[in-house]
Amino acid sequence: MIKLAIAQIDTVLGNVEANLEKHMARIDEAVQAKADLVVFPELSLTGYALQDLTAEVALRPASDDPTFQTLLRASQRADLLVGFVEEDERHRIYNSAAYLSQGEILSIHRKVYLPTYGMFDESRYFAWGDSIRAFDTPLGRLGVLICEDFWHASPPYLLWLDGADLLLFISASPGRGLDTGDALESARWVEHVAQAYASLFTTFVTNVGRVGFEDGLGFWGGSVVFDPHGELIARGPYHEESLFFAELDPHQLHRARTRLPLLRDERTELVHRELQRIRHSDSPGPRKPFK
Amino acid sequence: MKGDQVELDINPALARKILTGFIRSETSRVGFDRAVVGLSGGVDSSLTCTLAAEALGAENVMAVRMPYATSTPESLEHAALVIEMTGVQEVTVPITGAVDALLADIPESQQVRRGNIMARMRMIVLYDQSAEFGGLVMGTGNKTEILLGYTTQFGDAASAINPLGDLYKTQILLLAAEMGVPDVILEMPPSADLWVGQTDEGELGFTYEQVDKLLYLLVDRRYAPDDCVKAGFDPAFVDTVVELVRLNHFKRVMPPIAKLSSRTIGYDFLYPRDWGT
Repeated sequence: MIKLAIAQIDTVLGNVEANLEKHMARIDEAVQAKADLVVFPELSLTGYALQDLTAEVALRPASDDPTFQTLLRASQRADLLVGFVEEDERHRIYNSAAYLSQGEILSIHRKVYLPTYGMFDESRYFAWGDSIRAFDTPLGRLGVLICEDFWHASPPYLLWLDGADLLLFISASPGRGLDTGDALESARWVEHVAQAYASLFTTFVTNVGRVGFEDGLGFWGGSVVFDPHGELIARGPYHEESLFFAELDPHQLHRARTRLPLLRDERTELVHRELQRIRHSDSPGPRKPFK
Repeated sequence: MKGDQVELDINPALARKILTGFIRSETSRVGFDRAVVGLSGGVDSSLTCTLAAEALGAENVMAVRMPYATSTPESLEHAALVIEMTGVQEVTVPITGAVDALLADIPESQQVRRGNIMARMRMIVLYDQSAEFGGLVMGTGNKTEILLGYTTQFGDAASAINPLGDLYKTQILLLAAEMGVPDVILEMPPSADLWVGQTDEGELGFTYEQVDKLLYLLVDRRYAPDDCVKAGFDPAFVDTVVELVRLNHFKRVMPPIAKLSSRTIGYDFLYPRDWGT
């Protein structure tokens, strides 16, 4: 069994030190509860709506960075996934997530799809990531995506094919769409999408969201964990901080994929061939408008 | 979607949870734990006062009644009902003396000028009470009136934070009912009460129920004006509303700063209001 700790937190906007302190407190609690992995939301070390603060809070994920030194030490006690602003050696800035385990950084995922429409302006501040890779950890092979990444179907698909048996989605999604539902429309969408990936890819999926307000934007929390049958294992409260746990039984992968051998039957050569054709086609759009 | 099928119903319990969280967060992070609300006795300010009391504790909310000589007596009475229901602190500061000094030279016929002076005088009183009580001034404007510009710039539109600005008037009524705002307030025709007999719907020339559905399609659902006509709205009504929204946009933005330097506030000096908190 893998014990997953979901740290559904609020953050202090642009104050890495204060956020690190909260990370350490949650990690302590999770370790006491014998968690194997503690997952924090998107940009958990900085807050989300940073605007010009983005460049001011950027970190280099390495053992000589004081913030990462602290986190790397903590990762001796449990694996960690944290969100942060990353600056590379050429001073490009990314919306990134680091997976830390046993004092090592095992993976950095740089957000590939930066929403820049409506209330979002991420491409103004961030460079886009250019790779989607699953990676090995002591807990198994995992994949990480950040919010908008999983609104595109291909990143979860690629991670699935690349061997990820647990998809770790982290988000900082402003709540929107108040209607008569029990949760905001945006909360319901994200839950549907995460559940759909768990079902279609017969794999474990979690989405870890955050809570709190930044100016008028409110983050709804409602983090979820789904098993490889697409069944909900755990859900965090809406609009409130929470540290909660989910037990993942790896044998569920065997059962789900025996019942539904979608991974066995997936035809990657066909996908590859058709993508090549579509990419090189002269007229990729329909010849007539949709009526 | 047909205009008459537009559904503006909301889950008021969820709105209540989010808005009280918003008030608590956006008040405390700027170093305050108290709020000041101008309480007219209308539904918007009654709801704001009730939300603020729930978010911050009744003892931390100051309801300010600011009657003018011609204000309807019901306004004061309805405000009293809300004060009693919520248990907030209250002060009554009549604006008649201060307003009359300015109105002396303004003919009775110029109702808008006179009304604006009253709205702005109330703003002055609220910000003074803010300093006295140590509370943030809560806005009471709703999405309908902000979009239509049915508001006095630097008057009732002035506030530190605005919890109701993303709810249409018809949604405000649903939330106010959830919060226990007395029926007598919910049933009153909405009015700025700036002159005798004034009502919002009389002055605007259409009902909130009509215009909220149209605004919802135009703004929330991104319908083009022509699409709204196809959805069944009267073309002249659509034109009027689209023009009101456009003409009043200046009230919704900060005054433009003429760019001269290499980094200018509002263009390339961009920080969230909640910077560092």
